[in-house]
Amino acid sequence: MSVATQDTAIRTGRVTRTLIYVVLILFALFYLLPLYVMLVNSVKPLDEITGGGMMSLPDAFTIEPWKQAWASAQIGVEPTGLKPYFWNSIKMVVPAVAISTVLGALNGYVLTKWRFKGDTILFGLMLFACFIPFQIVLIPMARMLGLMGLAGSTYGLSFVHIVFGIGFTTLYFRNYYAVFPTELIRAAQIDGAGFFHIFWRILLPSSGPIAVVSVIWQFTNIWNDFLFGASFADASSQPMTVALNNLVQSSTGVKEYNVHFAGAILAAMPTLFVYIVAGRYFVRGLMAGSVKG
Amino acid sequence: MKQQLLASASVVIGLLAGSASASDVEVLHWWTSGGEAAALNVLKQDLESQSVGWQDMPVAGGGGEQAMTVLRARVTAGNPPTAVQALGFDILDWADQGALANLNNVAAKEGWDEVVPDALKAFAKVDGKWVSAPVNVHSTNWVWANKAVLDANGIAQPTSWDEFVSAVEALKAAGVTPIAHGGQAWQDATIFDAVAMGALGPDGYKAAFIDLDSETLGSDAMKTAFDRMAFIRDNVDDNFSGRDWNLATAMVIKGEAGFQMMGDWAKGEFLNAGKVPGEDFLCFRFPGTAEQVTFNADQFMMFDQGGEVSSEQAALASAILSPSFQSAFNVVKGSVPARTDVSDADFDACGKQGMKDLAAAASSGNLFGSMAHGHAAPASVKNAVYDVVTAHFNGEYDSETAVQELVDAVEIAQ
Amino acid sequence: MAQSANADLKTRLQNWIPKLVLSPSLAVILVFVYGFILFSVYLSFTDSRILPSYGWVGWENYSKLWRLSHWEISLTNMGIFALLYITLCTVIGLGLAIFLDQKIRGEGMLRPLYLYPMALSFIVTGTAWKWFLDPGIGLENVMHTWGWESFKFDWIKNRDYAIYTVVLAAVWQTSGFVMAMFLAGLRGIDNEILKAAQMDGASNWNLYRRIIIPQLRPAFLSAFVILSHLAIKTFDLVIALTGGGPGRATELPATFMYSYTFTRNQMGIGSASATIMLMAIAAIMVPYLYSELREKR
Repeated sequence: MSVATQDTAIRTGRVTRTLIYVVLILFALFYLLPLYVMLVNSVKPLDEITGGGMMSLPDAFTIEPWKQAWASAQIGVEPTGLKPYFWNSIKMVVPAVAISTVLGALNGYVLTKWRFKGDTILFGLMLFACFIPFQIVLIPMARMLGLMGLAGSTYGLSFVHIVFGIGFTTLYFRNYYAVFPTELIRAAQIDGAGFFHIFWRILLPSSGPIAVVSVIWQFTNIWNDFLFGASFADASSQPMTVALNNLVQSSTGVKEYNVHFAGAILAAMPTLFVYIVAGRYFVRGLMAGSVKG
Repeated sequence: MKQQLLASASVVIGLLAGSASASDVEVLHWWTSGGEAAALNVLKQDLESQSVGWQDMPVAGGGGEQAMTVLRARVTAGNPPTAVQALGFDILDWADQGALANLNNVAAKEGWDEVVPDALKAFAKVDGKWVSAPVNVHSTNWVWANKAVLDANGIAQPTSWDEFVSAVEALKAAGVTPIAHGGQAWQDATIFDAVAMGALGPDGYKAAFIDLDSETLGSDAMKTAFDRMAFIRDNVDDNFSGRDWNLATAMVIKGEAGFQMMGDWAKGEFLNAGKVPGEDFLCFRFPGTAEQVTFNADQFMMFDQGGEVSSEQAALASAILSPSFQSAFNVVKGSVPARTDVSDADFDACGKQGMKDLAAAASSGNLFGSMAHGHAAPASVKNAVYDVVTAHFNGEYDSETAVQELVDAVEIAQ
Repeated sequence: MAQSANADLKTRLQNWIPKLVLSPSLAVILVFVYGFILFSVYLSFTDSRILPSYGWVGWENYSKLWRLSHWEISLTNMGIFALLYITLCTVIGLGLAIFLDQKIRGEGMLRPLYLYPMALSFIVTGTAWKWFLDPGIGLENVMHTWGWESFKFDWIKNRDYAIYTVVLAAVWQTSGFVMAMFLAGLRGIDNEILKAAQMDGASNWNLYRRIIIPQLRPAFLSAFVILSHLAIKTFDLVIALTGGGPGRATELPATFMYSYTFTRNQMGIGSASATIMLMAIAAIMVPYLYSELREKR
């Protein structure tokens, strides 16, 4: 596991480099475009948007839409803004990410360092499970949650996300641990170290990078999930995406696009934050294992 | 992490305790933003004054489709909300599942049978049992017009299809987009409702879309209806596809377009832009359907909470049907009250007109459920009609093929 | 004697612990994934409409399904979408990763810009895209106001091209993520080998073609798994961007399945479409996973 480095042996000429910069910057603009549309329209008064010029800079700058989206926009019967839903999402996401990551790490550890007959098939089964379209599990999942007494709760939502997240976290950790020197494990075993001892003392301390990858992946997916959040939450546990959807999708109300865009950016803040802050560790983490065989 | 787990576990316990509280109603609905949500708050406060708590469960999307999905999950989990906003055939479907509570006691006490129109009762009363409380009646065969644009081109309010055609052609010649429209399946179908009503007449409309008679569905009059749709298609701007209905309304408001065919909820957009009915914009029935009203009605169906209807549900139902709420809510929503004995004093010109039309249509047997909005046929048929109408509108079929496809599609869907 | 029995027990316990640790995950996946798949397959043979019901109707739902032109459209769209989406994301991701790996100044700034779309939910980014692609208010209009009158970009309004705008938005969302995976792979390659090859006079092109790209094989595997998973689940994007339109031109199997199961109250047909989709996924993924996983033994 070498450290991420910009060092490369490839040498390029001046013209090629200029071209490369041009391409890189063009793509950066392409990626920024929708964000530009959202940002620029979130600071305009509504009549300026519906009056045309959705791409132009605001004539009259206002941050009112942001305030409204956060604290006073009508979501359901109460003008609460997105604020209360933010905590619902946090309560759902944090345990779900933590547990699915821990399970993924343990599974990856077993599947690479304690191999047994048929383990590859089991891994294949877990991996294939990533591909199940969520729409078809909706009804049976609701039934199971009802039977388990978890229907309509944050706890149930976290459970659902753990179940459908294990496949990916296991994939990440398995690939990461696969390149971890097995000799170290064997040596520890000979010294009499047990299963958990080895995991705790030898593997876990060096799992930082891949844990970052797993956490980012899970955090993004769970935070942005709408289908499960809408179906399995009840009045007091609806997550942020459901509230955002309620804000923007009202069928016959007046559409306040500026508030919608401000709300969308607010709802994306935690994931944006995670990407920007942890982004550098993210590539490092991917590099350290998940894309290696 | 342990602490977070504990925290979330205690939240769960709190929730379970909260939802067990007897004097709450949990209401699933999709009036999630802006004025309509604020109007619903009136209902909430009304209940709270009777010390019935309101747990709000808003789920927007697709004109209630998302909420219906959520409802299925909730019912399957054995945890249905107490009251659920619903439309037309969805109510009948849930009643068939035996999931709804019987509201007959409240209904009898408050005399709902006398004040709610029969066409509406068909969706609120199943096998002699009231299962839901109607909130409003929307009608869908409205045309919205920019008065200044019409005046500038010397166009009077059209009252027949032919007059409409010449008005549209005059606008086109003047370089104005004649018809503002958003190309989404439900909007195409909303226009088709009115066009088919005009082309087939009320009896034909009923035979085709309510009785699903394949002969009428495949008739020449139906071909005329599709031909008229093609005419409308030729007179929308190039950019109509996928546009939200309110952006189409904005085109009329700004005078970029002359007409829009849309349900009465479009009125809110005009009012919001500071326009005055009769002065800045006109509202009138789709030409050729002046006598008829195609409607859709929002209702709250009450889920069976084990045996008798609970006192909270009864309180909610009676608050919904109270004349004061019916007036207050519908003034904001653009629709008209679901009971015919509410004073029209607080309504604007279009609202007054709507109430008058509804009462007249109800008494003359001209009140029909809207196909486009799920009050004529079940969801499967409605969507099958959407498929054909929208494919024809987007040029995939000519009128002849469309008629044939319509007959087939309705047959498969049944 | 007793001691050895004890040690024996301990070893056996040690042998069992890994399987015990694995079993909860396996159990939930067997029940909540494979159990549900079986349930869904079963429903496809029943007369379920609004809720599951258990009246057996045989193959009726399947025969109805194949009579729907709508279903064929969504399958064709899936083919076009998956092929273009996976290819473009891979090509753009790999290209950007290679470019970004050339000791680029400002890499730290560019990387999050490429990555951030993955963090946004399509519930609203869809609206931004819709506006941008709309000829009346978006790119076409801007070009016109800048004086390029003949510029035309109305794909989203055109039945034959609308599916490509869905591809465009989807590529926008994930190609940066794929870039990160390839960049990580590139950074893991041993420079000594490259230097040796350079000594032998290999050109940059040949270095990439012969040495570097073949070494990225695991990155290709991960990218393929993640991209095909996302392609199959593409749902929000279509709903937000085109709503399946114009007409039904951008319907995908996921939207088809959802609409039949939940909005059209024809759960039987919806389940039949889900079953066929799962079979198609299995037909592609199982051989691929098999060959990839087997080689590692």
